[in-house]
Amino acid sequence: MSDVLAIIYLLASVSFIVGLKMLGSPATARRGNLYAAAGMVAAIFGTIALYRTADGSPLQNLPLIITALVVGTTIGWTMAVRVQMTSMPEMVSFFNGMGGACAALISVIEYTHMTNAQAQGTADGHATASMGYLFAVVGGLVIGSVSFSGSIIAFGKLKEKIKDFRFKGQHFVNMFMMLVIVAASTMLIMGYWSGSEALLILAAIALIYGVMFVLPIGGADMPVVISLLNSFTGVAAAFGGFLYGNMVMLIGGILVGSAGTLLTIVMCKAMNRSLMNVLLGSFGATATPVGGSATFAGSVRPINVGDAAVLLAYAKQVVIVPGYGLAVAQAQHVVHQLEHELESRGVEVKYAIHPVAGRMPGHMNVLLAEADVPYEQLVEMEEINPEFERTDVVLVIGANDVVNPAAKTDPTSPIYGMPILDVENARQVIVLKRSMKSGYAGIENELFYRPNTSMLFGDAKASLTTLLAEVKAQ
Amino acid sequence: MDPSTLQMIYLVVLMVFLGIELIGHVPSVLHTPLMSGANAIHGVVIIGSIIVMGQAETTLALILGFIAVILGTLNVVGGFVVTNRMLEMFKKRS
Repeated sequence: MSDVLAIIYLLASVSFIVGLKMLGSPATARRGNLYAAAGMVAAIFGTIALYRTADGSPLQNLPLIITALVVGTTIGWTMAVRVQMTSMPEMVSFFNGMGGACAALISVIEYTHMTNAQAQGTADGHATASMGYLFAVVGGLVIGSVSFSGSIIAFGKLKEKIKDFRFKGQHFVNMFMMLVIVAASTMLIMGYWSGSEALLILAAIALIYGVMFVLPIGGADMPVVISLLNSFTGVAAAFGGFLYGNMVMLIGGILVGSAGTLLTIVMCKAMNRSLMNVLLGSFGATATPVGGSATFAGSVRPINVGDAAVLLAYAKQVVIVPGYGLAVAQAQHVVHQLEHELESRGVEVKYAIHPVAGRMPGHMNVLLAEADVPYEQLVEMEEINPEFERTDVVLVIGANDVVNPAAKTDPTSPIYGMPILDVENARQVIVLKRSMKSGYAGIENELFYRPNTSMLFGDAKASLTTLLAEVKAQ
Repeated sequence: MDPSTLQMIYLVVLMVFLGIELIGHVPSVLHTPLMSGANAIHGVVIIGSIIVMGQAETTLALILGFIAVILGTLNVVGGFVVTNRMLEMFKKRS
């Protein structure tokens, strides 16, 4: 490898580290992303121009490589620019899956190349099947494949095209598959099992495992799963780094692997659950939803738009609790207008942001930021919870599990122990909801049956639009 | 163990700690962009696909390599553009 390329790789690695660091603060995040992107571009073109194989020859097939880059850029750019802000989580999952598939393909090609070379008896480059080489090939293949198929399932689940799927003994089947993968990988690495077919069989098992791994996990836990699969792909990329002794792949991959794992754990903590608990799919682990409506005495009380508008217009403090329903209905702009209208009437308005509201941590922040809601008005859970007692009206928009008091009161509830927004302490709670369907965790919400709760049924955007008109008329 | 392998193991261990340190104190507001940014960075796997395609000798290897480069590019370009779009919204406010 040329010294120039080594320096380019070093600079790219630094750009990843600095970029990741800068992504951690709102003021520098955007620049951080651009730095990392610049480092990546340099690494890619440096590789194309300066990379030398073991025997010192430059890379072949350059026109085709450039073509592939152009095709990929066009497709990726178009998808990324066109996607709705509300669909960001599944987009991230999709791109993550592509990275995993890329890592797995590299392994397949490398291994085939090696077995061919062995068959011809040529001692080509790294065709000597050392254990380290096989370790890198098999590792990239298995983790890349799991990441790919898992991400695609997560993508489908967030698009609500794929339903949760569970059967009895699923955990044992999954555990058994995992053991098979570990055993087969070990045999391949040790050289007891070989051939392209062997590798493809292993890839197939890993792909199926990825599907089985994500299928039973409840939709509400998809953010955690995506974050975990994200770190998987990082590790898969690092295996590629091992394979080629390529430092920038190694550094980029491991950084994402470790940072991604920590991020996953932080997310689990926000829900007061362990990673194990999430992965074993405790949400609705039983076939029937927990806590049927029959367990709640009383009935829900619908409210009409006019009454809701009066309550809001004459309140002193209003707290808005956004949830996934807001994202689905694309209601972020209307809610901002409503907030604006209320403020012009002297009402103090804040947004209460639960760490896992929506389908990703920070999902609501991104969404409301799009509608120009000032940063200072978004209040995190710990800060807003003591304020609910002083709040006149809480407007829950398409949020459910994050305001379910069962998390505090019912030890049998699957979300028991998850910190929630204490909206029930407010004088009046108005819940905007499409129907009485339960939330993503599939459990009933006792909040809706409380005497100080009223329900405003309908699409969040439609309801908010009429609500806004009514408030203006007051 | 040969020196270069040892070197890589050193690097892996140090990077694990660095990764943890980098994410340690990030406000939850930025979790989504951060995950998305990290997602783009592991697109560095594309380097491997370029190397493997540049050494492809059979048509099959070339086709698979071609697909791998496209997928890797999707990860890189899509990842960075999506992250930038998310962060653009934070910028508007300040």
